[in-house]
Amino acid sequence: MLHPLLGAATADLAVFTVSAIIVLAGAVGVVLARNPVHSALMLVMTLFGVAVLFVEQQAHFLAAVQVIVYAGAIVVLFLFVIMLLGVDKEEVLEVEQLKGQRPTAIVLGVLSLGELLLLARTQWATGAIAVAGPADGPGTNVEKLARSIFTRYLLPFEATSILLVIAVVGAVVLARRPTVAEPDGADEGAKA
Amino acid sequence: MSIGAGPYLVLAAMLFTIGAVGLLIRRNVLVMFMCVELMLNAVNLTFVTFARVLNDIGGQSLVFFVLVVAAAEVVIGLGIIVSIFRRRTGVTADDLHLLKG
Repeated sequence: MLHPLLGAATADLAVFTVSAIIVLAGAVGVVLARNPVHSALMLVMTLFGVAVLFVEQQAHFLAAVQVIVYAGAIVVLFLFVIMLLGVDKEEVLEVEQLKGQRPTAIVLGVLSLGELLLLARTQWATGAIAVAGPADGPGTNVEKLARSIFTRYLLPFEATSILLVIAVVGAVVLARRPTVAEPDGADEGAKA
Repeated sequence: MSIGAGPYLVLAAMLFTIGAVGLLIRRNVLVMFMCVELMLNAVNLTFVTFARVLNDIGGQSLVFFVLVVAAAEVVIGLGIIVSIFRRRTGVTADDLHLLKG
């Protein structure tokens, strides 16, 4: 139980701080881990932190989907491919393959971060509040999200079904082994 | 709920930057993919934050679509990686220099 003096604001702040630390630590871990398996596990950590932040912002359905689809399906797919290909070898991070790549990347990253922070300080007064329906008020989050998707965003929703069908067909085509053995050209990877 | 949009947006910006720098630094294609996921998550966090601040459920609807597109993208991307790996042994971006002049 929280001490009565500590209000809900303190709890919110604590949840946000802990989740933010988890998210950032996981993200740094993804980038710095030598082993791809460790990167994938760090990615799970980040995704869970983001899911907590979704709950904190009343996006309950998205938090559940985040855990189920991202942490449950996408990361498992990553791990599956890592294990299938047997690339869970340590990568040598000390050697810079391309000269000056890392300093350039970090400078670019810092520049874009500064730009984003600058933009975040700007006031965006569009004057259009609750175009697709209010996020608070009576009713559950799932109910409001469903009403929004199945009325206002119905056409994009149908388009995603086409997208998924195309993705499935593409995956099958990519995974199919050619029935006729292709002439193994003189050079490596004639058709990569 | 009492926290304003600022901290969330800063966190999302940092997450996006870490993902972008990782995409530029790492050579392993799988890890590069994970960095793309980090960037997508940063944008999702921004969408949800603005959905709360502007009191508009549309932001959450867009996150739903981003999730679908991310799932399709991962399936196709990993399929491409697997089919590349059948031909050659490495999955680092440096192994894919066939078009190098």
